[in-house]
Amino acid sequence: MSNMSDLDHFRRNLRVRHLRGTIWQRFFWLSTVVALLALVALFYNVANQAFGYVAEQYEVDPATLAPNGDIAALDNDALVGVLVANKPRKIAVYIRDNLSVVDASQFTTLPLAQALAGRNVPAELADKTIRELSQDEEAQLLATNLSHEQLVQLVDTEVVGAQILESWDLTTSLFQRDSLEVLAKEQYPQAKFYFRSWINFNFLINPGSSTPNEAGIRTALLGSLWVIGITVLFAFPIGVGAAIYLEEYASRSRINQIIETNVRNLAGVPSIIYGLLGLAIFVRALEFVTDGRTLLAAGLTMGLLILPVIIINAQEALRAVPSSIREASFGMGATKWQTVWHQVLPAAMPGILTGTILAMSRAIGETAPLIVIGASTFIVFDPNGPLSKFTALPIQIYQWTSRPQDQFRDIAAAAIIVLLALLLLLNASAIFLRQRYQRKLQA
Amino acid sequence: MQSELEVRRDMSTAAEFAVRRPDTSLFKRPRISEDVIRLFLLFCGVLSIFTTISIVIVLGRESLLFFQSGLVSLGEFFTTTRWQPQAGEFGILPLLNSTLMTSGAAMLLALPLGLGAAIYLSEYAPPRVRATLKPILEILAGIPTVVYGYFALTFMTPLLRALLGQDNVQIYNTASAGLVMGIMILPTISSMSEDALSAVPRSLREASYGLGATRFETIIKVILPAALSGIIASFILGVSRAVGETMIVALAAGAGPNFTFNPFVAAETMTGHIARISGGDLSYNSVDYNSLFAIGLTLFVLTLALNLISRTITKRFREVYS
Repeated sequence: MSNMSDLDHFRRNLRVRHLRGTIWQRFFWLSTVVALLALVALFYNVANQAFGYVAEQYEVDPATLAPNGDIAALDNDALVGVLVANKPRKIAVYIRDNLSVVDASQFTTLPLAQALAGRNVPAELADKTIRELSQDEEAQLLATNLSHEQLVQLVDTEVVGAQILESWDLTTSLFQRDSLEVLAKEQYPQAKFYFRSWINFNFLINPGSSTPNEAGIRTALLGSLWVIGITVLFAFPIGVGAAIYLEEYASRSRINQIIETNVRNLAGVPSIIYGLLGLAIFVRALEFVTDGRTLLAAGLTMGLLILPVIIINAQEALRAVPSSIREASFGMGATKWQTVWHQVLPAAMPGILTGTILAMSRAIGETAPLIVIGASTFIVFDPNGPLSKFTALPIQIYQWTSRPQDQFRDIAAAAIIVLLALLLLLNASAIFLRQRYQRKLQA
Repeated sequence: MQSELEVRRDMSTAAEFAVRRPDTSLFKRPRISEDVIRLFLLFCGVLSIFTTISIVIVLGRESLLFFQSGLVSLGEFFTTTRWQPQAGEFGILPLLNSTLMTSGAAMLLALPLGLGAAIYLSEYAPPRVRATLKPILEILAGIPTVVYGYFALTFMTPLLRALLGQDNVQIYNTASAGLVMGIMILPTISSMSEDALSAVPRSLREASYGLGATRFETIIKVILPAALSGIIASFILGVSRAVGETMIVALAAGAGPNFTFNPFVAAETMTGHIARISGGDLSYNSVDYNSLFAIGLTLFVLTLALNLISRTITKRFREVYS
């Protein structure tokens, strides 16, 4: 009798236990799904903002200025002519903004020989101030000193004045196209309504600008590439050197234990602390070397940031080289360094390179240290050497996202796509490298 | 000093020489280049110590200047609740409180979901599913934080406002920043916990099944306790990452210190404050400049302590399976 009720009790209990297990299994599976959904949401959100219909309006239709609206086909004189015809009173302002080498407050009072020192100023005008010039003389100054590209840009912003009145996201554009078109015709009757991909060829080529319509990421992209170049140039040799020392030369003494623990601690320090470090040392203390808030200071700071990662990774790669290789080399009479340089390092290099590429991809996305170092908030010229002021791609994304206007979100999304594509390229090459050399080692 | 291998090598070649030319010296030929290279490599290794020392010196020196300027004492720094440099008030509590709130929100999301995903991947998922899902989760870990900040501002905040009402949730708030931070930390917790769970030997699981436990009971009563040190270490590491995170809070949590416990209003964190102030016009030797380093020092000490605790837990309490 008691056996039967025990069996019943056991069976009932078993069912409850299984039920509990199934419920929790669902929860664990759900957790994974939520994580994946978050990833999908992130990509969807970016793509959503980066494409869509826009309503665009011109102040002056470019078709009235040049055949087919192609302003770039006009030559310098024609472009200046357009500027004079449409904005006659602003020519002096254009000269000041683009060519002046002195403070804005002094520009109107100094003779041109000083105010435009180094520019192409005709001798008869050198002693006059800007106010004494005639319209033709001003136009001449503009035409001879500004590049074709600059003039096209000027005409675009100042005369054509293309303005995006409103933009819509991708889902609305795809699923509510017809009602959108009706709405646009009602609210913006003069405007052109078309589907715009905010990431396009012009976006990649144009320098930064304060109008979202014309802003591009060229300066930011070049800045990022320069910074990462200096970073790797600095961090790779030193990181690999430190790893070689720790793995090959160092005995298990106290000092070396301290170095190793130290490296691991450094890997966990928040990146903004590295920014503060870079600000105090590279921007301030070493200003005579780096010239302040420049690419060089940024590159060195990021180098310090990824140095621990490179060291740890290189150590792992060196450790993976079988000791038989080293011993065979010693047996043939090689010195320590000969062994390392000719045998161990080549064997470990694929692993080291993979790790470095991954560290690079991390460095490209880092924003906080660059903000603290002082990436410029508004730069429109390309970097021309390690001692130039700079901006970087993630900084540009940060700045555009912080602006309130809607269209800045759109170009921020476009810039994010470029950044993610860059990272994808780097990571894919790292994985490819790893696959190739893993097969080689195994073969 | 020569290693044994080198001595033996020398002796054998030397023995040959000794047979043929008895007047040859047996000592190794000195190579200066070897020593130079060794010195250079040592310098590389020591450079890492230089970094740590620099961090401590730089943060310490500027903070010392800050506290010595007489505007605020150490006690006031840590206990007053207003941060208004123009008014001479330098209480770090609003910034610290906001940091802890965003990190708390992050862990509230990342802890259960991360651990849940880890358990699913290591215990329930078939090997092929596991092999596909692990790299996908790694992608989450590789996305730059500025993209997460964008996501927080353009997706999470409108979502929260739609769910909880536009009047209850401000455009900048710590909750949305915290939740997105949680998504960012999730892969860290999930992968470290999964490693810890996978390291538990099969013999323990099989013994548990042999005694009649269900899979869930095995996980809860045998595997989780065995992997606990690794899991706790991953949590603490996650908190450390959340505390040090800048871009998400800089974009989504708001600009302006605010001592509040309401997660739906704007409140600047320590990192966000450093980013905002140094992004503007900053003159060296101003109080603003020095106060940045005082905040930085607090941040550094906090994250260092968390990292050390995490590492100690891993080393000290790691289960040794015979």
